[in-house]
Amino acid sequence: MSEILIILIKVVLALVWLLVLTLYLTWAERKESAVIQDRIGANRAAIFGLRMIGLFQPFCDAIKMIFKEDFSPKFSRRFLHTTAPLISFVFVAVTISAMPFASPLHIGDKIITMQILDINVGLLFILAMLSLGIYGIILSGWSSNNRYTMLGSLRGAAQLISYEVALGLSLIGIIMIFPSLQLSKVVTFQGDLLFGFLPKWGIFLQPLGFLIFFIAALAETKRVPFDLPEGESEIIGFFAEYSGLKWGLFMMTDFMEIIIISCLTTTFFFGGWQVPFLAADGFHFPWGGEWILAHGVVILFQVLIFNLKVFFFCWLQILIRWTYPRYRYDQLMDLGWKALIPLGLINIVVTGIVMSIIK
Amino acid sequence: MIEIFIVFLIFGLLGIVLIFMNKFLGPSRTNPSKEKQFECGSPFLQKGINPIPIKFYLVAFLFLLFDIEVVFFFPWALIFKEMGLTAFIVMFAYIFILAIGFIYAWKKGAFKWEN
Repeated sequence: MSEILIILIKVVLALVWLLVLTLYLTWAERKESAVIQDRIGANRAAIFGLRMIGLFQPFCDAIKMIFKEDFSPKFSRRFLHTTAPLISFVFVAVTISAMPFASPLHIGDKIITMQILDINVGLLFILAMLSLGIYGIILSGWSSNNRYTMLGSLRGAAQLISYEVALGLSLIGIIMIFPSLQLSKVVTFQGDLLFGFLPKWGIFLQPLGFLIFFIAALAETKRVPFDLPEGESEIIGFFAEYSGLKWGLFMMTDFMEIIIISCLTTTFFFGGWQVPFLAADGFHFPWGGEWILAHGVVILFQVLIFNLKVFFFCWLQILIRWTYPRYRYDQLMDLGWKALIPLGLINIVVTGIVMSIIK
Repeated sequence: MIEIFIVFLIFGLLGIVLIFMNKFLGPSRTNPSKEKQFECGSPFLQKGINPIPIKFYLVAFLFLLFDIEVVFFFPWALIFKEMGLTAFIVMFAYIFILAIGFIYAWKKGAFKWEN
C-alpha cells in the first residue's frame, strides 16, 4: 500500500513540477523576447496592486482560458477534433515520468528512486511517446476540415518524422559509450572522471552527437527556426480551428516539449543530476579537497543542479526561438535528410572506430 | 509495472478534465459567422480537403525505411563494448548497405522537394 502511495506522490509532484514550469515558461518567453526587442513585456497582472514584474501573468492567462467557450465548428469531425489535443498533451506529458531527478533516496532501509518509471527501455519509451504525439497534429489538422489546418498538419507530420530519424541516430553514439537504455544508468555512468578532472559527460565524448541531437530536437518542438507547421504569418497552423483550453493544450504541449527536450539533453549530454566531483558522501575535489555532506543534502544538491541545467536549456531554446528567422520548407527538409542523417551515420562510424582503437 | 498504469491514468484524467472544462465553465453563444471556416476573412474558395500531394507520401515512406534501420542500431549499440571489433565489422557492413540505399534514394531524386 505504501508503495502505491509513494508512486502517487511522485506522479503528483512530477505533474505539478511540469505544469508550473510550463506556466512560467510562457512568462519567461514573454519577458525574454521583451528584453531582446527592447520592450518591457508582461507586467500588468497584479494582486492587491502588487505587480511582481508580471509573475502572476501565467495564472491570469490560465484563468482566462478556462472561462472561454467550448466550441468545435459544425463542419469539423467532432470526436477527433476533441481528442486530438488530448492525444497531443497526454503523450508528451507522460515522458516526464521517465526522467531521473536525482540518485535514489535512502530512508532507513527503504530505497526511493527519484524517478517514476525506472524501466530498462526508458529511452525507447520516451522516443515512442514523442512519436505518438504526431497523431495529435495530424488528427487536429484533418478533423478541422480546413485547408490551412490540413496544410499545417501535413507540414508538421513531414517535418517531425524526418527529424525523428536524425534524433534516433544521434543517440546511438551515446548508447555505445554508456551501454544502457535505462536513463538512471546512463546518468550514473556519467559520474566518472575523464583524465582525472573532467566530468565524463556526454558532451565531451559526443560533441557531434550533441549538435545533431539538439538541432533535431529543436525541430521536434516546432518552434521558430523550424515553425513551418505553425507559420504564424502565412498559415495559422494545424490548430487554427481551436479555441479555449483545447487550443491551450496545444500551446502547453509546445512548452512541455521544450522542457522534455531540455531534460533529455541534460540527461544524455550534460550528466543529468551529476554534480562535478560530488560522490554519494560529499565533494571529492581532484586537487585534494574534501567536503563531506549528509545523504539528504547530496540528493538536494542533485535535484537543484538538474533543475538548473534544465532551466539553462529552456532559456537557450527561447533565445534561439527569438533570434533566428524561419527556414523555407525545402531548406528544412534538406537539413534533415541531406545533412543531419549522413552526419549521424558518420558519427556512429567515427565513434565505433575510436572506441575500437582505445580498447 | 503498476507505475505505468498510474501515470497514464493520472495524466489521461487530467487531459480529459482540461478538455471538458470549457464545456462546464464557459459560455455557449453561437452565431452563423462562427460556423465558417477560418480563412482570414476572405470568402473561401472550396469546401473540404483537396487530395494530398504525393511528396508527403514519399517522405512517410522514407521515414518508415530509415526509422526501422535506426531501431536495428539500438541492440547493436548496447553490446558494442562487449563484442568490440566483431560488432564493428558487422555493423560497418550494415551501415555500408544503408549508405548505398541512401545514395540511391538521393540520386533518384527522392530528396528533391521543390517541383
